Amino acid sequence: MKVLVAVKRVVDYNVKIRIKPDGSGVDTANLKMSMNPFDEIAVEEAVRWKEKGHAAEVVLIGIGPQAAQDTLRTGLAMGADRAVLVKTETETEPLAVAKLIAAVAKTEKPDVILLGKQAIDDDSNQTGQMLAALLGLPQGTFISAAKPDEAGRITVIREIDGGLETLSLATPCVLTTDLRLNEPRYASLPNIMKAKKKPLDVTTPADLGVDVAPRLALLKVAEPPTRKAGVIVGSVAELVDKLKNEAKVL
Amino acid sequence: MRALVIAEHDNRHLKPATLAAAEAARQLGGGVDILVAGARCAAVAEAAAAIPGVETVLLADDAVFEQALAEPLADLIAGLAGGYDALLAAATAAGKNVMPRVAALLDVQQVSDIVAVVSPDTFVRPIYAGNALATVRSADAKKVITVRTTAFEAAAGSGAAAVKPVAAVADAGLSQFLERRVTESVRPELTSARVIVAGGRGIGSDGAFALVSQLADILGGAVGASRAAVDAGFIPNDAQVGQTGKIVAPDLYIAVGISGAIQHLAGMKDSKVIVAINKDGEAPIFQVADYGLVADVFEAVPALIDCLNR
Ligand SMILES: Cc1cc2nc3c(=O)[nH]c(=O)nc-3n(C[C@H](O)[C@H](O)[C@H](O)COP(=O)(O)OP(=O)(O)OC[C@H]3O[C@@H](n4cnc5c(N)ncnc54)[C@H](O)[C@@H]3O)c2cc1C
Ligand SMILES: Nc1ncnc2c1ncn2[C@@H]1O[C@H](COP(=O)(O)O)[C@@H](O)[C@H]1O
Repeated sequence: MKVLVAVKRVVDYNVKIRIKPDGSGVDTANLKMSMNPFDEIAVEEAVRWKEKGHAAEVVLIGIGPQAAQDTLRTGLAMGADRAVLVKTETETEPLAVAKLIAAVAKTEKPDVILLGKQAIDDDSNQTGQMLAALLGLPQGTFISAAKPDEAGRITVIREIDGGLETLSLATPCVLTTDLRLNEPRYASLPNIMKAKKKPLDVTTPADLGVDVAPRLALLKVAEPPTRKAGVIVGSVAELVDKLKNEAKVL
Repeated sequence: MRALVIAEHDNRHLKPATLAAAEAARQLGGGVDILVAGARCAAVAEAAAAIPGVETVLLADDAVFEQALAEPLADLIAGLAGGYDALLAAATAAGKNVMPRVAALLDVQQVSDIVAVVSPDTFVRPIYAGNALATVRSADAKKVITVRTTAFEAAAGSGAAAVKPVAAVADAGLSQFLERRVTESVRPELTSARVIVAGGRGIGSDGAFALVSQLADILGGAVGASRAAVDAGFIPNDAQVGQTGKIVAPDLYIAVGISGAIQHLAGMKDSKVIVAINKDGEAPIFQVADYGLVADVFEAVPALIDCLNR
């Protein structure tokens, strides 16, 4: 089985972002960047399949600027075999990303494509579902477990609003990861060194024949309304009194 | 401008999240129809017909839609899209699963999780865990939209839409439903509860988590949780509140033993009144709490239960 994993370089989840004073966007200059946490989970899953003998090869794909190479190298250090960078200088929307991954998938012919359920910068939660549509493949989104079987199908457990759902998917298929699928490993120093020598191909949207022109115009970015910190109460009795008589919510 | 709203349901009951999507659709300013796709779901169609402002209920009643699998459902919606300028669903797990698939079939860039309609092509949506609000204008001829349910209040009143059957689609059989385990609860649903008591890692064990549930029951509320509490197995996944869990905005949110990471705040900071109980006075949750109590969970919560029982 061959697995293709999408990894996005995003502002680290621990960093609080700044909005540009003119409201034209989010200032990401000089911020710590990391692999999107859901994509770390996707890479970890693919590498575990490789270690268990389910997967023969794990290929990473990233769409972004030159610096996205670093994120791909992190994935290679976690145990992926090789990587493809689709170099773009502008932000790509989920539909364009899905088209680029679809184009690469047509030559790579993976059995499973793993993505994160959501990029923590744009919070779109779209790309995997779009990719599945473009390729006409079944989708297993928000998965917390996945088990490939001998018959070439994959059983997945999905996190849904009311609980959990189990599906059996034909391969090839597209899967998106939720938080509880696994706990990603840290790459060891020797593996980080080894990753530097693993193959990393660079291509472009033009090479792949994909139009990545944005469909959404960003008109404005604003601060959300902030809450005022309230009061610290001295006791449970005071809390109940305030909730009853001041906030009137009890 | 005609909009089609995708109803969310379990073949018997219409989910309240649908009403928020219908309200956003109404704000687009044109006619609103609603699609009920399911199996033996006539009762849902009846409930959908009563949503104020809805003109027609399209009813696709067929076994292929029984489990709301994304593949046949997206094919159906994309097939109906010709008659509409906008397609909307709630930004719930179900809506998030199917709508981007529809958008790609139509070559549309979806607008996810909108919190406001500025004009029929311009919307506000949170990015970076709600730390910024982006206003975006869609250049696509057709809009595909998911709606943050806490941002749109259901319109009052009652409608009487006509119900019109529509044909099913063929099932390519790509995915097969095996089972669904739904958390059984007598408590109100998290996303529509008036009161939520949420527990975090600070609760320490699943046994102790009963304190949180007890407090919720006294207040007639729902039980929520931080990611850490879910990961630790104190409570099932569907209770997670936050950037990547459920978005809630009750009248009263009581956070117990939760530190207040931005990913958690993203899911609850629009609550009307926030109470935080945490033994660490420096915990960031206090920066958004209207009322903070610096105390140990195991003293404060039993005392609170006691006080409310009196
Ligand atoms: C990609 C990604 C997505 C995420 N999505 C979400 C999400 O949707 N929702 C979410 O909640 N988190 C999410 N997180 C996790 C988030 O970053 C935090 O790790 C998490 O919210 C912490 O949970 P917590 O506050 O329960 O635990 P902690 O941060 O460990 O806080 C526990 C708190 O309990 C207090 N405490 C301990 N013992 C007691 C006691 N006896 N009495 C009183 N107080 C006590 C402590 O002082 C502390 O403040 C996400 C993280 C990532 C990377
Ligand atoms: N620029 C990108 N490069 C690689 N993968 C991406 C990119 N954008 C999105 N993805 C993948 O799609 C998932 C969902 O992203 P989104 O739909 O933007 O929330 C991410 O977790 C990634 O796996």
